[in-house]
Amino acid sequence: MSTENWKTYEPVLIPDIKNLHTIEVYEKNGGYNALKSVLTDKKKWPDQKSVINEVKEANIRGRGGAGFNAGLKWSFMPPADGGPRYLACNGDESEPGTFKDRKIFEYNPHAFIEGALIAAYAMEITTIYVYIRGEYRAYIQMMEKAIEDAYRKGFIGKKIFGSPFSVDFYVHSGAGAYICGEETSMLESLEGKRGYPRVKPPFPAQKGLWGRPTTINNIETLAHVTSVINRGAEWFKNVGAATHPGPILYGISGHVNKPGVYELPSGVPVLDLIHDVAGGMRNGKKLKAVIPGGSSTPVLRADQLDGITMDADSLRTVGSMLGTAGMVVMDEDTDMVDVLWRIAHFYHHESCGQCTPCREGTGWLEKILLKIKNGQGEIRDLDLLLDLTTQMEGRTICALADAAAWPVRFTINRFRDEFEARCKKSVHALV
Amino acid sequence: MDYKFTKEDLQEIENLKSRYPEIKPVTLPALWIAQRRFGHVEPEVQKLVADTLGLPEAHVHGVASFYTQYYKEKKGKYVLDVCTCLSCQLCGGYDILHYLEEKLGIKKGETTKDGVFTLNEVECLGACGYAPMLQITNDTYVNHLTKEKVDTLIESLKEDKVPEYEKIEMPLRKNN
Repeated sequence: MSTENWKTYEPVLIPDIKNLHTIEVYEKNGGYNALKSVLTDKKKWPDQKSVINEVKEANIRGRGGAGFNAGLKWSFMPPADGGPRYLACNGDESEPGTFKDRKIFEYNPHAFIEGALIAAYAMEITTIYVYIRGEYRAYIQMMEKAIEDAYRKGFIGKKIFGSPFSVDFYVHSGAGAYICGEETSMLESLEGKRGYPRVKPPFPAQKGLWGRPTTINNIETLAHVTSVINRGAEWFKNVGAATHPGPILYGISGHVNKPGVYELPSGVPVLDLIHDVAGGMRNGKKLKAVIPGGSSTPVLRADQLDGITMDADSLRTVGSMLGTAGMVVMDEDTDMVDVLWRIAHFYHHESCGQCTPCREGTGWLEKILLKIKNGQGEIRDLDLLLDLTTQMEGRTICALADAAAWPVRFTINRFRDEFEARCKKSVHALV
Repeated sequence: MDYKFTKEDLQEIENLKSRYPEIKPVTLPALWIAQRRFGHVEPEVQKLVADTLGLPEAHVHGVASFYTQYYKEKKGKYVLDVCTCLSCQLCGGYDILHYLEEKLGIKKGETTKDGVFTLNEVECLGACGYAPMLQITNDTYVNHLTKEKVDTLIESLKEDKVPEYEKIEMPLRKNN
């Protein structure tokens, strides 16, 4: 698909169908046919492995930010031994700039539920938990209703569609902690503890919830599974960018005229998303910078964006990442020092405190940036910040320290003049 | 004060137990039930949760203190959590926060003398496209805030009218 074809794309995840969130309307539009197919059509789906292979073939790269092939992740589950196995669906959605999964909860919850059920069948899972951030109270209630309806209709529960497959499905509410979006922290939170990330290995597929095999997938990723089973891996692979295929829910926020969540193929040019899809810059201002996929993905200057598309490979060429595709757009009046300080404040606030480089490092990043923001910084503080980022990155249990370090490193490197202008011009006098 | 769960609360907690292979995971939902019942989870409430579940008080305290949404102390009747993180910062979240500080005569983190409002500055609430915004007492999101909208909100909350859930339609490109 060329980069122009996105203009004619028709949404499949969040199509324009009234009341699709209700199970009746969802069923009328072919809902739960994919689940029925994998459970009953033995010609098409002879075994669980055939389902995993189709999903692997589709190359759904995890939409939670890491971009790992979902089917491949499923294949890491050890063979079933008769004991419990879990699927933990990650609806924690807390990375600044990210607000897409809530659209699935609200507009098409059953596409997600169906995808999760297919995943559960494929991996011989016995219980599914969907972990939703506590702030999303409204969406938690919507999901509880949707799950209840699916139980009532027999899509969840014992011997689904008369097959030997049985599974339970529950909502688990978070209570305000960004770190619980990290997969092992989420498992701790599900187990009723403080959300401290676990040391890997062992990986969740070996030892997850209560020491049992567990797979963790993002909400949008699981919703795509339903489309892949309905339309085939070939269809999915032909939507958007070849190495990062499929539709994506782009969340666009910041200084644009029409912020919101848009379902489009992967690989839409960044500038088209801003100027066409999101209605252009607010108040006719000039574009200054873009954070492409949530606050941890490296910021890009406007002059870096020509020809860059929203997929992992294209963004890598300019030193950034797709992340969650939660794009934050900044206009010419944006103070990059203020923005970076606010991001640093966020990571400091959300560091769980387990690892010293993160607990202390995020605090120092924020403190030094505050000093610079207040005009008290010196040029050498910028180098201190850059040095700090290298001491944090890769030295902790989870990736929060990396997520805190990257924005600092790349924002300073890409807007160095602006940071230097805020620093004191005098040479530090040792008096 | 003597805190007690109602019969319905205890039934809800009992029902939750069947969702998990052990008792510990009920800690988070039980704290939610307690907070909705008492308005906070002060240490005495934490003890009630611990006793009800048969778990050590230290465990419940550890959990309650880790998660920001559990109120470890009494709050105002309406807790206004103003998001100032990234997209909200860009779209004037701090203006809204400062306007509320001025309007309510308190600083962030404080409660008005009459006990009606608590004002907080919070991290990203996942409403980035609808910034600036705030959340009322862990529940309703109020989006696209302006000073006028804040004025109306405060007036209606004073009369105990909590705004309804604001449905935000998916933007349709074909309508461009």
